[in-house]
Amino acid sequence: MSGQQAYALEITDVCKNFSGIQASKDINIRVKEGEIYGIIGPNGAGKTTLFNLITGVYAPTSGSIRFLGTEIAGKPTHEISQMGIARTFQNIRLFGDLTVYQNVLTAYQHNLTYSFLDGILRTKKFRQQEKKAEEVCLDVLRRIGLYDLRDQHASKLPYGQQRRLEIVRAIVTGAKLLLLDEPAAGMNEEESLELSQIIKDIRKDYHVTIVIIDHHMDVIMDVCEQITVINFGEMLTTGTAEEIQSNQAVIDAYLGVNDDAED
Amino acid sequence: MSYWTGIATQVGIYLIAVLGLSVLCGFTGMFSMGHAGFMAIGAYTSALLSIHLSMPIWVSVLCGTLLATLIGTLVSLPTLKLRDDYFLIVTLGVGEGIRLVIQNLADLTGGARGLTSIPGGVTIWGVLVIAVLAVVFIKLFLSTKFGRNCIAVREEELAAKSVGINIFRYKLLAMVISCALCGLAGGLLAHYLNYLTPTLFNMTKSEELIIPVILGGRGSLTGTIVAGLLLLPLPELLRFGSAQEWRMVIYGLLVVLVITFRPSGLMGNKELTLQNLKKFLAGFFLKNRGQAPDGKGDSV
Ligand SMILES: Nc1ncnc2c1ncn2[C@@H]1O[C@H](COP(=O)(O)OP(=O)(O)OP(=O)(O)O)[C@@H](O)[C@H]1O
Ligand SMILES: [Mg+2]
Repeated sequence: MSGQQAYALEITDVCKNFSGIQASKDINIRVKEGEIYGIIGPNGAGKTTLFNLITGVYAPTSGSIRFLGTEIAGKPTHEISQMGIARTFQNIRLFGDLTVYQNVLTAYQHNLTYSFLDGILRTKKFRQQEKKAEEVCLDVLRRIGLYDLRDQHASKLPYGQQRRLEIVRAIVTGAKLLLLDEPAAGMNEEESLELSQIIKDIRKDYHVTIVIIDHHMDVIMDVCEQITVINFGEMLTTGTAEEIQSNQAVIDAYLGVNDDAED
Repeated sequence: MSYWTGIATQVGIYLIAVLGLSVLCGFTGMFSMGHAGFMAIGAYTSALLSIHLSMPIWVSVLCGTLLATLIGTLVSLPTLKLRDDYFLIVTLGVGEGIRLVIQNLADLTGGARGLTSIPGGVTIWGVLVIAVLAVVFIKLFLSTKFGRNCIAVREEELAAKSVGINIFRYKLLAMVISCALCGLAGGLLAHYLNYLTPTLFNMTKSEELIIPVILGGRGSLTGTIVAGLLLLPLPELLRFGSAQEWRMVIYGLLVVLVITFRPSGLMGNKELTLQNLKKFLAGFFLKNRGQAPDGKGDSV
């Protein structure tokens, strides 16, 4: 296949079975470098499962997952992260006992190359790298609007701020691909509007590719260039916001369900 | 050496082992019930090398430390990928296993009767210096990426993996550090007491080593040290008669009290600093005047 390098992420014929349940079935997704890509679908459709497959939490039952041309399916999670994929969690997973700043500094770890001895002996290499780490972490916190909360306990932050902290933590890893699992969950209209702007800024400032799962259609339609709709583990369709909104199958399967849920 | 100096020396030695356990249990979140066994390896190795090969004690203690680290690390390797409760069970078995092996190698170790005439030379000053160095080492370690990664493993494994942390590697690192410090403490103990018996390193000892970490607050180095200084003298002070049995009752009671009233330990994950002390006192006095110190008091 030619032009492989143009894709940040290529998911080809991926299936995932959990004893009895087919959580993913023949998934084919191509995400271009620099794109913001949306994945939507009703509850239990298999969206989070897809993120878990990309990040190595599960190995796919079959199929291929490529990141910047390299096969990553089935690799351990920490290796995939080190290659440049970072994520946030739908059910927030912060380092709860640590402060906001410590959460971020910890996540920067792969960019620190000093040795154990460098650290204990406080060599110049250690001091330089730690100084740089502090600068980078505080800068990202400032840009995402968490700077003033940096000394707060992560677990004591309000819900929305915790989701933001997850995003900051993903950014400082230096990832080239960010996977955001329901970043707008629990946010009101105003907050999700702000989040849309933050997501666009992140792409611009950090030159990353972003894949977002969310149920907030306003956010998804606003920021995503391409959207894939999943239902019962299967892809329903892929297209731009306009194409998705006018697709009858989507309206039936997804938006219908969503309307019911909101009653 | 006076009675009190003796107690102080032993407390210092056991504190070194407790510091090792604070890295493993307090900061990396892996609970071990067998580290007295690794202390035993350090102690017997060092004692035997100095007796039979007439090694200077600092060399033999170093060898004991290395062997304790090596064995501790090797036996834990297969369990590090399992769940934490398996790790606990395996360490318990390994700790008791080591003690039984020592007890049954009577020709070499003196068996249950013990090993005597171990060259001395460990003084309170030597122990003090090493204990302070151990504290400094851990303090430095915790503010490197290696220490932070261990803490991340304790806090949330999946999140740690997702920021590129190889969980296995950092659990191994914590195991290496804890076994080394326990082995070191064992070696010092051998050359301080001049005799060893296997019962010095039974499961109760493993418990005594881990209790200060739990009570002091997981993730608080100062909390662990304070709890260690308070609890470690008890075995010696309550040595005679039925006091020995009461000791475990007291321990149990303390654990229940702390878990009931301060589940995160005396210090939680806070360090004892002047600033924190001031905050605490201010909060305490404000509370006594019926005000909530941090605005989190009862809301009506
Ligand atoms: N580890 C697992 N073992 C068994 N079944 C699983 C596992 N993980 C997910 N599933 C199942 O796979 C299906 C898809 O789940 P998934 O979490 O991917 O849905 P989702 O699209 O993210 O839903 P939501 O919008 O509620 O987050 C569900 O039926 C779920 O129960
Ligand atoms: Mg989900």
